[in-house]
Amino acid sequence: MGEVLVVTSGKGGVGKTTTTANIGTALAMMGYRVVLLDADIGLRNLDVVMGLENRIVYDLVDVTNGRCRLKQALIRDRRFESLLLLPAAQTKDKTAVNPEQMKALCDELKQESDYVLVDCPAGIEQGFKNAVAGADKALVVTTPEVSAVRDADRIIGLLQADTEMHHPLLIINRFRPQMVRRGDMLDVDDVNEHLAIELLGIVPEDESVIVSTNRGEPAVLNVNSRAGEAYRNISRRLMGEEVPFMDIESNGTFMGRIRRLLGMRTG
Amino acid sequence: MQRILGKEANRASKNIAAERLRLVLMHDRLDLTPQMMDSLRSDILKVIADYLEIDESGMEIALQRSNNSIALVANIPVVKMKRLPASAG
Repeated sequence: MGEVLVVTSGKGGVGKTTTTANIGTALAMMGYRVVLLDADIGLRNLDVVMGLENRIVYDLVDVTNGRCRLKQALIRDRRFESLLLLPAAQTKDKTAVNPEQMKALCDELKQESDYVLVDCPAGIEQGFKNAVAGADKALVVTTPEVSAVRDADRIIGLLQADTEMHHPLLIINRFRPQMVRRGDMLDVDDVNEHLAIELLGIVPEDESVIVSTNRGEPAVLNVNSRAGEAYRNISRRLMGEEVPFMDIESNGTFMGRIRRLLGMRTG
Repeated sequence: MQRILGKEANRASKNIAAERLRLVLMHDRLDLTPQMMDSLRSDILKVIADYLEIDESGMEIALQRSNNSIALVANIPVVKMKRLPASAG
């Protein structure tokens, strides 16, 4: 019996889909049976990020409406035998599914997998309620910006008030160490202090994520990607492994490295 | 060096962000339900009752917001002082 993890954020554009794709792929690389479930009905994207968009026949709504069997809608990843995707419907809206149906679907999916990762839509309306309905654990993604942290705070409040997921885990995405050193970006402590939930990982801003999305190959598959490395670490922490936070500070510019070599304080 | 380059003028937008975040979260979280307000009120009464006799019907408590702070403002009419033992405890 597997576990259902929902990846959520409140705010759009902070990297929920990228996070879902990368953690799911990393877990599959580690040999786990993983199902990626795109709960963003009407605005599906997980299929594109995974590079599986051409293989969709049936979708989530077809399954819940009984137009096909669950097995028919699941797309098997080309790279990993144990990685499956259940795409969202593109031509329906969020009301096409209700939380009870989502819960039943998650319960069925976790019978034959180790992890079900649910990519939650932005917002706090029905799409959010659907996505969290069947989840056992929540991963909250934010970026070091006032708006994203504020929305994450709201989401954490809702999870704690309306669900059993009282201890969500935090992922800080798009972290830019150089800007933090310059004093132009909230640092990890600023975010942690306010949200006060367990930090699962910090993902640096990384151009390789855009390249990997262009290609439909999650960044965890690229051994040279810093973001990919961060997501691999996050996945290992999810497994209960103690993985030290990567030294994002050391990924500075050439000048930054020189400055640190000279022992200059950079804030 | 940084000062010469005019860094001082637009220094540390992070500090501005951190302060704005603190305030915005304080406002967002300040969603006390009427039940919580009632329970706060009765707890305050309990504490005060040890020291003062007050007019409960005239008691007003409210959260007041201004631009950069939030205050719990209480207006509690005192009916009479209690005489405390000289060396209590």
